[in-house]
Formats: sequence, C-alpha cells, structure tokens
Amino acid sequence: MNGIGVSPGISIGKAYLFKKTEISVSGNILENDEDKQIESEKFKKAVSDSIAGIEAFKLNKSFPTDREEIEILETQIEFLSDPQIESDVLDKINNEFKTAGDAVIEVIAAAAQMLRNIEDEYISARASDIQDIGNRILNHLNNNFSAMNLSGKDNIVIAEDISPSDTITFDITKIAGFATILGGKTSHTAIIAKAKGIPAVVGCGAGLAKIEENDTVIIDGSTGEVIIRPDQNTIKSYIEKQKIFAEVNALLKTLKNISPITTDGHKINLYANISSAVDLGQVFENGGEGVGLLRSELLFMGRTSFPNEEEQFQFYKQVAVNSGNNPVVVRTLDIGGDKHLPYFKIPPETNPFLGYRAIRICLDQKEIFITQLKAILRAGIFGKLKIMFPMICNADEVKQAKGCVQEAMEELTTSGIEFDRNTELGIMIEIPSAALMADILAKEVDFFSIGTNDLCQYTLAVDRMNNKISELYTHFNPGVLRLIYNVTEQAHKHKKHVGLCGEMASDPLATLLLLGMGLDEFSMGAASIPAIKNIIIRNSMSDAREVCRKVMKMENSVTITSYLKEVMR
Amino acid sequence: MIAKDYTILDPHGMHARPAAVLLKLARLYKSTIILKKDEMQVQTKSILNILALSAKCGDTISVIIEGADEPEAAKAIDTFFNDILK
Repeated sequence: MNGIGVSPGISIGKAYLFKKTEISVSGNILENDEDKQIESEKFKKAVSDSIAGIEAFKLNKSFPTDREEIEILETQIEFLSDPQIESDVLDKINNEFKTAGDAVIEVIAAAAQMLRNIEDEYISARASDIQDIGNRILNHLNNNFSAMNLSGKDNIVIAEDISPSDTITFDITKIAGFATILGGKTSHTAIIAKAKGIPAVVGCGAGLAKIEENDTVIIDGSTGEVIIRPDQNTIKSYIEKQKIFAEVNALLKTLKNISPITTDGHKINLYANISSAVDLGQVFENGGEGVGLLRSELLFMGRTSFPNEEEQFQFYKQVAVNSGNNPVVVRTLDIGGDKHLPYFKIPPETNPFLGYRAIRICLDQKEIFITQLKAILRAGIFGKLKIMFPMICNADEVKQAKGCVQEAMEELTTSGIEFDRNTELGIMIEIPSAALMADILAKEVDFFSIGTNDLCQYTLAVDRMNNKISELYTHFNPGVLRLIYNVTEQAHKHKKHVGLCGEMASDPLATLLLLGMGLDEFSMGAASIPAIKNIIIRNSMSDAREVCRKVMKMENSVTITSYLKEVMR
Repeated sequence: MIAKDYTILDPHGMHARPAAVLLKLARLYKSTIILKKDEMQVQTKSILNILALSAKCGDTISVIIEGADEPEAAKAIDTFFNDILK
C-alpha cells in the first residue's frame, strides 16, 4: 500500500490501533437563566482546564520537547483562549439556549469549515487543529479521557489522523512510526514526526483499516510505502535499507553547513534541480546553495490552457521569495520531444527529439515566449532569477532569444511595471554543435549549463529509452568528454560561468573529472548534494586536474570508468 | 496613527504558529493593531480572525497601529514581519 512519505526513515514494528470516540450533538434545550449560567460556567471551566492541561504538559520535562513543538502547544492555547470562539459559544448558550457541549461542537465545526475553505494547504490543514481544540474542551466537559497504553519500543501507530492533543497522550519514546489514513504533507502528524525524526506515512487511504492490532508492519517514510504482515525476506531487506539510511543520514547531518571547498581552497557551487517552490525546503536541508535548473514545465502541465502572465509571475515569485539571496536559473519552456501539453498540439513527427521543441517552439510562437519572459523578469525583483534557453544549436537562436527578452523588457517599461533589468541570460549546452562552438556562443551569454542527458543522446546517436543499445549510452564516452572539456575551457577563456545540470552532476565517479575540467557549478537532485559535497571537500583541485589529464588520454569509457573507480576507492 | 505595508515572506504564509506569536506580541502594547488584506480587516486579538485573512506567501498586508505606544508597537511589528515570519 502507498501513502505520502512525510518523515523519512524505515520502521519495522507492531501495529497499535489508535481510535477516538466521537462526541455528538445532544439537542437538549436549556430552560432558564440559571441553566444558562451553569452552562456558561461549565464552558469557561472546561477551557481553563484544557489550558492548564497543556501548560502542565509543557512543563513536563520527561517528554523531550523542542521549539517547534512548544510553538504548537502555545498555538493551541491561543485557539483555546480565542475571544471570537468564546463569544460565539456564549452567544449560542445565552441566545439559542444550547448546552455548552452542543455550542462548542457547532462553533468549532463552523470555524473548522471556515479554515477549510481557505485556498491554502497550510492554513486549511489547521482545520484539524481547531477540531482538536474542540475535542479537548468536550473531553473536559464530559470528563472523558483515554490514555494510550503502549508496551515495547517498536509501536507503529495506525490512526485515522493524529492531532496535537493526541500527541500529549503519547509516550513518544515507545513509538517507532506513524501511518495515517488522512493527512497531507503539512498535517500535524507530518510536523510532529519530522520534528521527532520518527518515520511517518500519511494519507494512506481506507486500506489502512485492514491492519489488525499487533500485526507486523513496515513503513518507509521516504517512499510512502506501507507493508502489512511482510514475509521474512522482505523484513531482512528492509533491515538492510534501514542500515543504509542511518549511514547516509549521519553523513548528511555532518555536511549540511560545510561549504563545498576543495582542500586547496577552490569554492564550487552545489545547486539543485527543482520543479517548483515546494522543492526548495529539501534543497536547503541538503545544503544546496541555489538552483541550477528550475524546470518551468510543471507550471504548464495538468491544465487546459496556457497559464497567463500573472499566474506565471506568481509561480516564479514564490520561488524567488523563498530562495532569498540564492541564485535560481529558470529554464524557459522545454516542451516537445517526449513532453506534450494537451492544449498545444504538435503534429506527429518522425523524429520528435530532432523536431519542433523547446526554443524552436518559443521563437516560432513569440507570444507564448514573451509572456513567460515578462513573468520571469517581473519576479526577478523578489530574488536572484536568471533565464536559460534550452536546445540552442546556433548563435542566431541566441540572438533571437535575447531579442525577445529585449522586447519583453520594452513592453514592461511601457506599461510601467517593475522588473529586474540586470537578469543574467544563459543557454543550455545539450546539442553537439553548441558544445563545439562554445567559443562563439560564450560571447553572447552570461553563463552556460551543460545538459549531459541530451548531449549524450545527440552526440552518441543513442536513444536513451532503447534498452537494446543502452550500453552505448554513457557520459564517459571520450567524445562526450571532449565536448564538455571544450565548453568549460571556452567558458573560462571568456570569463563566463559554467555549470552542469544533467545526471552526470550527481554521478560520484564523474565529480573529480568535472572538477578538474574546471566546472564552476554542479546542479542535481537535492538528495545527491551531500554525497557529491563529500567528494569535493576531501580532494584538491590539483589532484582533480591530474585525474582529468589522465582521463582525457584514455581511449574508451570502460578504461575510464575502471580508472575512476580506482581513484574513488 | 502609523500605517505600513508588509509582504509575507514565509513560504507557508501567515499560518497558525506565527499568528499566535503575533497575537502575544500585540498583547504587550496598549495600541490597537489592525491587519488589512484586500477589503478584509481584523484586529490582532483573535487567532481565528488572523487566519481568516488567509495571507499567503507574497501577499501584502497593511498594518495600522493606533494608540499611546504606537512607535514601540510599530517597531515590534517590524521585527515580527522581517525577522520572525520568514
């Protein structure tokens, strides 16, 4: 079964089913002012008892509490003492003759609904917090408390959802994992589990109800997998995974705040490839210092028409704001090939990868292109955005693309809209002709980024998806390496920045070689950053240059890989 | 009266925890503090009402402070939006 992995790590343990009792509306009507007085007092006492309970919990030193958790508890206190909630409840008691319990249920339900209606995942998720506050008050009104009864240390809590109040009844030292039917990335379960470093999978759906008390359960908080009653072999393989995870995690923790500098003092930029602002958290967690590739396609997919300038602006602005002073390279629309939009039909082509795609579409459909450029330029004032054109094969395309940027800037100036005039412009080097004429292209741009996936495919004439010839596809082919070498050399000759954003950036075997060629920036999936950083900080630039010199003399990829494996040992 | 605009920088917007911090902060001053977004305005007394503003990342909030200690309150609000909520 699969849910959303929200707190990484693997847990193997026994299921503990956590169930809650629901309190429903009684429908009783109060008869006189005396009753109203009594119910009002009961409500106030239940609220102050609830607050006292949380305060006591905060002071309980046996429970390891961090700052984030204390803030959650304090937020609960704010909800409990909210003047709006209090006046609404008292109003229902005094003017609608409702019991304290009924009044609380109705007011909380309305407040939760209000929060749910807000179109923001993070705020609407707080609806469950307010629901939780209601349950706390109701429990105090009815003297209804159920504590958890956990034995052993390998309990995997299976629940519909977990609220802040529930956590208070948990003995966290006995919990090895959480799996819930409901919930998303920002649910309370996710926050608590992450803060505590306990693996958790949320949003598993109703299938989770199949689990019985004490069943053996495996959860993988990275992939979102939940395995019920696994066999011995499965358990064994997960124990192995657990070990690897612990090792990698230990490495990751030690490296996060260390700068990627070689032992002889060369600073390298380690950036990440992302698809939207949501991915940024992971980038910084892994010690990434910027974004070498923002694929803008996500913004265009899953829709029925092109997003307008404003929608695009909001998307880029969110990335800019959230990345602060760190640079972000935005790649302009890269559709065609194997990426298609339902609202932009491209007639069938014999060779789509050699066809109408990326910058070729953009230069043909200038309106689409200029709308995107305007949105990026505008968002630039909120951060450090750069623009990168994909699939460039000659200098004329670069000139035309720059002309479009100029046009976009003029349109914005005419409309009196603010934008970043100093936005840097660069190109992807992914077509062999561009790599070969890097000396010519370098004069036109501020930076290069080498896209090794397509560069390999085009240089070797190998379809990446064709399994029969997959052995031919390697970025260690001396021809491919010569192209990369030429790009870095020419970039430096013209004092331009050069990065690499393909798979090769995250290949530990390639790190020293690329370093030796003089690559300034490695951009990769955020999770790979610590491993690559680990290589950079343990080696010197002069060693890397030596590796590069040797590799460039070798005749085939097999010799090269075995040599690099030897070096990395 | 002091009025100032702030852009929300926190990726999660003005969510529950910062709202609670703001509430506690506002309580330290005598001045009335009003938050405005679009046509909606609320006082910094109810966490529920602050959340109802649904201020997201990138949104602009106008803060209006009025009272005896408004310069001090304005300073605290400044710190909140620039250093705490981000």
